[in-house]
Amino acid sequence: MRESISLVEETRRERVGRSFPFMSMEERRRILEEWHPDYKPGTKRPLMIGPSRGMIVPHEVADILEAHPLIDPDEIDVTDLEYDVDVLVIGAGGAGLSAALTAQESGIDREGILMVQKLRLGDSNSKMSQGGIQAAVGPDDSPALHFLDIMGGGLFANKPELVEILAKEGPDVIRWHESLGVIYDKNPDGTMKLISGGGTCRNRMHTCKDYTGLEIIRVLLDEFLNREIPYLEFTCAVELLTDDKGEVVGAVLWDMDSDEYRVVRAKSTILATGGFGRLHIQGFETTNHYGATGDGIVLAYHVGAVLRDLDATQYHPTGAAYPEQLVGQLCTEALRGRGAQPVNRLGELFVHPLETRDAESAAIIRECYGRDLGVTTPTGMRGVWLDTPLIDILHGPGTIEREFHAMYRMFGRFNIDIRKEPILVFPTLHYMNGGVEINPMAETSIPGLFAAGEVCGGVHGKNRLMGNSQLDLYVFGRRAGRYAAERARKVQAGRPTLNHVERYERWLEEAGIKTSRKAPLLLPEYRGKKTLEHIIKLL
Amino acid sequence: MNGDEMVTVYIMGKKHRVPANLTIMKAMEYAGYQLRRGAGCRGGFCGACSTIYRMRGSFRLQVALACQKMVEDGMIITQLPFIPSEKKRYRLEKLKPDAGVFLEYFPEIARCLSCNTCTKACPQDLMVMDYVQAALRGDIKTAAELSFDCLSCGLCAVRCPAEIVPYHIGQLARRLYSRYIVGPSEQVQNRVMEIEKGRYDEEIQRLKSLDINMLREIYSRRE
Ligand SMILES: Cc1cc2nc3c(=O)[nH]c(=O)nc-3n(C[C@H](O)[C@H](O)[C@H](O)COP(=O)(O)OP(=O)(O)OC[C@H]3O[C@@H](n4cnc5c(N)ncnc54)[C@H](O)[C@@H]3O)c2cc1C
Ligand code: SF4
Ligand code: SF4
Ligand code: FES
Repeated sequence: MRESISLVEETRRERVGRSFPFMSMEERRRILEEWHPDYKPGTKRPLMIGPSRGMIVPHEVADILEAHPLIDPDEIDVTDLEYDVDVLVIGAGGAGLSAALTAQESGIDREGILMVQKLRLGDSNSKMSQGGIQAAVGPDDSPALHFLDIMGGGLFANKPELVEILAKEGPDVIRWHESLGVIYDKNPDGTMKLISGGGTCRNRMHTCKDYTGLEIIRVLLDEFLNREIPYLEFTCAVELLTDDKGEVVGAVLWDMDSDEYRVVRAKSTILATGGFGRLHIQGFETTNHYGATGDGIVLAYHVGAVLRDLDATQYHPTGAAYPEQLVGQLCTEALRGRGAQPVNRLGELFVHPLETRDAESAAIIRECYGRDLGVTTPTGMRGVWLDTPLIDILHGPGTIEREFHAMYRMFGRFNIDIRKEPILVFPTLHYMNGGVEINPMAETSIPGLFAAGEVCGGVHGKNRLMGNSQLDLYVFGRRAGRYAAERARKVQAGRPTLNHVERYERWLEEAGIKTSRKAPLLLPEYRGKKTLEHIIKLL
Repeated sequence: MNGDEMVTVYIMGKKHRVPANLTIMKAMEYAGYQLRRGAGCRGGFCGACSTIYRMRGSFRLQVALACQKMVEDGMIITQLPFIPSEKKRYRLEKLKPDAGVFLEYFPEIARCLSCNTCTKACPQDLMVMDYVQAALRGDIKTAAELSFDCLSCGLCAVRCPAEIVPYHIGQLARRLYSRYIVGPSEQVQNRVMEIEKGRYDEEIQRLKSLDINMLREIYSRRE
């Protein structure tokens, strides 16, 4: 690796200010088909059961959907209620916290709400976002332009009625955050500091340094605790409950400290469990937090909710490939935005730094596996260099320290000074584009079950643009809270059953699926030698 | 570093041989633990993995984030599954942004010994003592700025001899700073009003009514 760094240093001077041409449409099509993991044959299969039967999904997703439910209906008495509430919120990331706060603001007594969270409150993908959150507030910008960008980014596969809401309610989310005490970056004249993000025609990204998610989540969490809304940490939802009409009426929880089951009946249930990075699709490392095991899509599918767009998975081009301790972690897109170039083992440019995420990823994979011009780390990972010292060369010393606090610290901990040395990167599994289908009221296709955030599908179509997920959490999280509260005021909760679990077992049997797999997974398996595995199934 | 080198660590007293290039978190997993508490982002962004350790033969008790600290030969390790601290309840909209607020909710800050132990403990290298002192003086802006990168890992609070919980103080300072000192953005509020008045509805309706090819055309021509 040292040798290769010297080559990068040697070529740095003559690379300053030079760029690599953008790909033509035809080149892009070819490189995606040949090298992007989503286009690789043999990595997906059609679902054999359930309402979205026939939908093509990655094997890892099919594996958790075509698996036995974790619990045995004979072992749990679901009429023995430990909690009987109006609104149950599952998952305390951005979507869940805003849903709980809004349910209370919509008139549900705090005692009528229950939040359950697999990890510590707030520990989630939401907390990890660095880049920012989109909202069209600039003088040259409008929700209509934002609408166009979201649709185009999503390859026009989005549900337009959801996109309209996302674009129109963006500014109100920023207003809401500010009223709660989120510190957004501002210009000296008090206007919002707006930066650009990939795939957008205006600067509309709002930031809180490069700790945007951390800042928003800790404010929402502080407010959540102030309002004394009841919650259970280190408690997972392992199955939903349905009544005799098939409507969702709560969930079965598993207390991870005591290994006990607890039954919650609820008039409205909100799924806010986030994405699936920890399924390591095709063996990829991930940017996602420890609890991102796709539980929500499993729970929803068990009760018969419709899923969509799960064929499209988002990889981020620049995950860390070295040191071992950081493998898979996000190296923010803004580094490339400010001039860091991807270069190969020989110190050569091979791709424009600002291709779309999918094309950039494909080019890096080709460099490592197709042309063998990547760098191999001591643990067998391959990667290319992201030449970060260019940022200070281009914009003056001190730029990295000022603008990339989190990045500088993250690598500094392992004695890598990103001002002086390049960092090794490789694409990493980042975002679940599809999920449980919702309507503008955040309702799923099953009455009683609401969903918001990354667990959902439809808002971002086949590809989510940077900054729009953070927005999605708060727009649809609040909607889920509001409409769940509205429903809770109108309905009586039925008698809870696990009939749908028995039905699911029948579906599996009828489809001839014989497996010992069980889902939801709840936690990834990293014990023993699995800690050391980095087998990307590319070859 | 060679990937094959092994070191000896003591996880809650039990001896394990683990590869030297692992973090404390991965070393625990390598040793057979499935973490339930004590793991979140796994990338230094959440503060869930606070850990205390001592090196064999050393009297010093040290702290770290398990996902960010590499194992060393002779480390005696335990994770902190939970940090006992009481979060004070308040209504932000009823508070006044001055020193009085901090003394009312956190009277113990007056006992700060200026020993700097909190600063030394902080895995984010924040000037923790300085932000506590700034809060005590009522300098909310400084307290907010100095505490901005805080992960609420709780290690400062665990180490503080005066039993102060710095991260709760930083949190209150930041919320007060945003709400009362910076204040809401007029630009954002104006845009919200325009949207509520329906100013963009017609344009979006028009886009929604187009067939996909037309929409694609407009998208590719947008500036
Ligand atoms: C490193 C990183 C950086 C990102 N940067 C950006 C960015 O700059 N801009 C942007 O727009 N988007 C970004 N994203 C994407 C965005 O942050 C996520 O899509 C979003 O935070 C998801 O929020 P959520 O509330 O839906 O889920 P999460 O925030 O992941 O929260 C889900 C919660 O549910 C809990 N949970 C899961 N299963 C269960 C269960 N069975 N029972 C109980 N609880 C459960 C989890 O523990 C978790 O706490 C980033 C993502 C990552 C990982
Ligand atoms: S200030 Fe305290 S709680 Fe915050 S990161 Fe530092 S040690 Fe952790
Ligand atoms: S450790 Fe406690 S007493 Fe010492 S400086 Fe920090 S806050 Fe003050
Ligand atoms: S697990 Fe989040 S900081 Fe270590």
